[in-house]
Amino acid sequence: MFAALILIPLIGAAATWLIPSDRLRPKMLALFSAFHVGITIRMLMVTPPESAGRWFHLDALGKIVLLSTSVLFLACAVYSIGYFYYRQERSNRLLCMWLLVCLSAASLVTITHHLGLMWVALETTTICMAPLIYFNRNARSIEATWKYLLICSVGVALALIGLYFLAYATIVAKVEPTLLLDDLIDGAGKLSSGWVHGAFVFLLVGFGTKMGLAPLHTWKPDAYGEAPGLVGALLSGGLVNLAFLALLRVYQLCVATKEIAFFQDSLVVMGLISMVTAAVFMARQADFKRMLAYSSVEHVGIMAVALGLGGKAIFGALFHILANGLTKGVLFLSSGNIHRSYNSKSTEHVRGALRRLPWSGGLFLAGFIAITGSPPFAPFISEFTIISSAFIQGRMLVGALFLLSLAIIFIGMALTVLPMVMGEVPVESETTLYRDTIGTVGPPLVLLLLVLMLGVWIPEPLLGLLRDGALLLEVKP
Amino acid sequence: MITLADQLLVLVLLINFIALGTGRLIFAIRAVAVQGVILGILPGMIHSFSWHLVGITVVIIIVKGFVIPHLLGRAVRSAEIKREVEPFLGYVPTLLLGAIFTAFAFGFSGSLPMVPEHQNYMFVPASIATLMTGFLVLTTRRKAIFQVIGYLILENGIFIFGLLLAGAMPVMVEAGALLDLLVGTFVMGIVINQISREFSSLDTSLLTSLKEE
Repeated sequence: MFAALILIPLIGAAATWLIPSDRLRPKMLALFSAFHVGITIRMLMVTPPESAGRWFHLDALGKIVLLSTSVLFLACAVYSIGYFYYRQERSNRLLCMWLLVCLSAASLVTITHHLGLMWVALETTTICMAPLIYFNRNARSIEATWKYLLICSVGVALALIGLYFLAYATIVAKVEPTLLLDDLIDGAGKLSSGWVHGAFVFLLVGFGTKMGLAPLHTWKPDAYGEAPGLVGALLSGGLVNLAFLALLRVYQLCVATKEIAFFQDSLVVMGLISMVTAAVFMARQADFKRMLAYSSVEHVGIMAVALGLGGKAIFGALFHILANGLTKGVLFLSSGNIHRSYNSKSTEHVRGALRRLPWSGGLFLAGFIAITGSPPFAPFISEFTIISSAFIQGRMLVGALFLLSLAIIFIGMALTVLPMVMGEVPVESETTLYRDTIGTVGPPLVLLLLVLMLGVWIPEPLLGLLRDGALLLEVKP
Repeated sequence: MITLADQLLVLVLLINFIALGTGRLIFAIRAVAVQGVILGILPGMIHSFSWHLVGITVVIIIVKGFVIPHLLGRAVRSAEIKREVEPFLGYVPTLLLGAIFTAFAFGFSGSLPMVPEHQNYMFVPASIATLMTGFLVLTTRRKAIFQVIGYLILENGIFIFGLLLAGAMPVMVEAGALLDLLVGTFVMGIVINQISREFSSLDTSLLTSLKEE
C-alpha cells in the first residue's frame, strides 16, 4: 500500500515525460492523480499495518494531510486539462512531470514516521516546485523563483540541523540513536534538555520558513504572485500543510519532552505576527494574486496560533488544514481564470468579473466569503472553534488580537475583491480568447461545494479522524 | 588522530574567513571546494575503517570538491563576471561579524552536554561557526553566485555536525540529504544562468520588481 502511494505518481511522472503530445499530458496527470486519490481513500478506510522497522505508519495526522493534499491535487490536475488549452504557446512537459514527482514526495511526508526521511521528502517538494514557479519564463518569475528557492532551501537546511541536534540528544542520553518519531517519544524523558531545546528552535524556524509564517514569509507573495494559478493552489493548499504536519510532529515531541510551554508560546507569537502582517499588507493590494498570498500568510498564522493555544483549538487547527487547503484551491484556480481572461492581475484593470465571467467571478467571490470565515463555509467552523477556545482558556489578549486581525483582513480583502467582481467591465479592457468552460470552472466548483459541505456537515469518519488527531496532540499534565 | 581532526577543523574555520574576506568569485569557489574535500576526509579521522566509510568519503569529495564547484565555475564563466561589487555590507565588517559569531559558537557549544568520546573535539563549535558564516555570506552579498556559495558553506556547517551522528542516520537518509543538496545546487545553477540571460548580470539587487508599492 505504502509503496503504491509513492510509486504510482512516479510512474505517472515518467509517463508524462515520455508522452510527446502537449494535449495528452494533462490528461495523464489527471488519470494518475485519480489513481492516487483512489489509493488514499482505500488507505483511509483500511489503515495499512505499520511497516517493518516502524519507518512507515499512517496515523490520524498523516491521514488528514494526505486526504487534503490528494483531493486538492486531483482538482488541480483536472483543471490543468482546461487550463493548458489556453497555454499552448508553452510546453507543459516539465510542469506535469514535476507536479507528479512533488505528489509522490508529498505522500512520503505524510506516511513516514522517520524524521530524517520526512526531511528529505520535504526538501524534495521544495525543489520540485522551483521549475513550476518559473513556468512563465520572464524576468518577474525568475526573481520569484530565486527568492523562493534560496529562502526555502536555507529554511529547510536549518530544520536539518535541528534534527541533528535531536539525534545527538539521543546519543548524549545513551539511548539507541534514532530519528524515529515513536522511539523518540518513548525515550523522551531521558533526552538532554539543552540539545532538545536548541533542536526545537531550529525546527520551528526551519519549518516555519517553509510554511511561510511571518517574519519568514518574504518569499511567499512573489512566488504565489508569479506562479500559474494551479501551482499557487498547490503551494498554498498543499505544501503549506506538509510543513504544518512537520511542525505537528515536532509538537508531539515537545509534548513528550515537557518542553511544550516554550514551543506553544513561540507558535502563538509567530502566528499573531503573521496575522497582523497579513492584515497590514492585505489592504490596498494592487495585485490580486499577491493578495491571496497574504491571505495564505494569515491562515498559516491561524493554524500556528491554534496549535499554540492547545486544548479544543487543536481540533480547529486540524480542521483548518482541510478547510484552508480546499478554499485556497477555489480561490487560486478561479483567480487563474480571471487572470487569463483579462490578461492582467492588477486590480486596476480587472473590473466587473461577474459580468465578464459569471462562473469564475462568482467562484472567486464565494471563495473570498469562505476564506474570511463567514458561515456557512468550513473555515468558519475552524476559526470559531479556535476563537472560542482562546476565550475559554482565558487568553483574552490572544483572542482579541485574533478577532481584530480577522476583521481588518475581511475589510481589506473586501476592498480588493468587491471592485474586482462587481461593476462594469472597463471599455479599454483587453479581449482574450479565454471563456469559462466546464474544464476550468468544474474543479474549483467541486472544491467550493466540498468547503460548503464541510461547513454544514462533517461526515462521521472524518470527525473521528479529527478527534484521533487531536488526541495525538493532547498535552497531558 | 584527535589532533589531526581538530587541525582540519581549524582549516575549515580559516576557509570561512577567506570566503568572508574575498570578493573574487573563482577564488571563493575554490576555497569552498577545498572545504568540501576536507569534509570528505574528516569522517575517516574519527570513525574506524569500513567500506561504507570509504563510499561516503569518495562521494563527498567528488560532489563537494569537484561537481558543485565545476557547476558554479561554469556559471561564472558564462556570465563573464569576476568579482563581487559593492556587497550590502563591506568585507571588514563581515569579517568582524564572522569573528564574533565564531567566538559565540565556541561559547554556546561549551554550555551543551557532550558524549565523553566527543568531549575533546571541536566539531560542535566548528559546525555552528560555519553555519553562521554561510548565513552571513548569504545575506551580505549581492551576486547570485555568492549567495549559492553562502548556502554551500551553510550546508557544510550542517554536515560537520552530521559527522557526530554517523550511525543515528541510516545510509539511505544520509544519501538522500546529500542528493537533495546536489539537486538543490544544480537547480540554483540553472536559475543563475536564467538570471544572467534575463538581466545580463548576476546582480540580485536588480531583482526588485516584486515588492509592495
